[in-house]
Amino acid sequence: MIEKQRNIIDFTLSSLLRRKGKNSALVIVYTLVVALLASVIFFTHALRTEASLVLQDAPAMIVQKLVAGRFDLIPLAYEEKINNIRGVNAVRGRLWGYYFDPGIGANYTVIVPEAEQPADGTIVVGEGIARNRKISIGDLIPLREQNGETGIFKVTRILSASSSLVSSDLLLMSERDFRLFFNIPRTHATDLVLAVGNPREIGTIAQKIVTALPDTRPVTREEIGRTYDSVFSWRSGILIVILFSAVVSFLIFAWDKASGLSAEEKNEIGILKALGWETSDVLLMKFWEGLAISLSSFLAGLLLAYLHVFVFSSSFFQPVLKGWSVLYPDFTLVPFINASQIATLFFFTVVPYTVATIIPAWRAAIIDPDAVMRA
Amino acid sequence: MLKRHSSRFFLFIALQLALVCIMAVHAVERKAAARPLLLEKQALIKTLELTDLCLFTEARYTRHPAMADLHAPFQDGPLSFEHFPSGSLMPPQPHTVGNKP
Repeated sequence: MIEKQRNIIDFTLSSLLRRKGKNSALVIVYTLVVALLASVIFFTHALRTEASLVLQDAPAMIVQKLVAGRFDLIPLAYEEKINNIRGVNAVRGRLWGYYFDPGIGANYTVIVPEAEQPADGTIVVGEGIARNRKISIGDLIPLREQNGETGIFKVTRILSASSSLVSSDLLLMSERDFRLFFNIPRTHATDLVLAVGNPREIGTIAQKIVTALPDTRPVTREEIGRTYDSVFSWRSGILIVILFSAVVSFLIFAWDKASGLSAEEKNEIGILKALGWETSDVLLMKFWEGLAISLSSFLAGLLLAYLHVFVFSSSFFQPVLKGWSVLYPDFTLVPFINASQIATLFFFTVVPYTVATIIPAWRAAIIDPDAVMRA
Repeated sequence: MLKRHSSRFFLFIALQLALVCIMAVHAVERKAAARPLLLEKQALIKTLELTDLCLFTEARYTRHPAMADLHAPFQDGPLSFEHFPSGSLMPPQPHTVGNKP
């Protein structure tokens, strides 16, 4: 039994090698389609998992003030009203904003940390800023203030490169410097950050805040977490375009196969049947042919995708991901891969091809060998 | 030894499967090695009260999608279209659409 299978495989592979050019092209395209799909699946899943892990300690709730549908500075007087809501443990004004650096055309996120605030006149910068502006510790950096004057800040620390996925564009400064720099009055903050005792009360507290302060909008930690699920879900933006192009590629494969075998292949089947091969043997041969092509392409595509995403930092995706961003974090994702991802990929790539191969083979295998050879 | 095509084919598939196993082991090791780095990022997020990953720095609603306002794509005017490339990668956030406050 095993020997019979091996003989059929030997014959199948010889047959494939006879059409070396066509089949090699098929394997290369198939491998690239699998690699593209697998790269998207690996990249988005790893990013979603990392986001959910690192953002689990994000603020429980942020309260923003809206004016005419846009953010506005929030009066610190709101703190007291929110603090009176049962369940709120603490409220604090958060100071942060954006600074456009015309020198390199990049946007920085300027933050005033609550703990370990830099001394007045000094700043801490993210790895992306340091890399792009070639900054070292101790350098003096001129930044253009809100009133048009130039402030000089001394860099005292550079945030670690390993945290660049969350800190690449950060610029930390003291509260006094921030207020002077952006001309923000002491009575206002960018938004309010809340500490809530019982996480199950967050929804109720958010509703109470909107009722008490109708010009505010609370953003909860759960919403922050859902954001990245939504950004990198399979339905989002370019991902659906990539999935669509992969589906179209498989439709072309399937069309090529389903539109029938070539005259040469039909002739081969006719000869085999005339020599005494059963229909089941021909089907078995086609099954091994489909499996040889799809399994080797699937495994090669999987390995290529792993190398691309987790070793070479998704370098093919970077031009798309960077967009107009000047500061793009230099990061390599943690390989959060699991069996279900690989099973999904297998189902979407190997199964359609195998099905598309078997049906026309069955149609050719049941026809009369005499008719095939005379045609 | 490997005169038959089938032997060579099985060896090739076995080699690919072995590489996939090495890939799985590599992934497990990388995950273990990355744990302190993930904790470092977590600590930074907690200390600085950050809300977003630093992925797209080109516009404020792509840098901080979780904090985006309800009219993010129309920030330059009520009739302006989304024009940043990242906008094609990320749809509007769940809390900015629908009837949520």
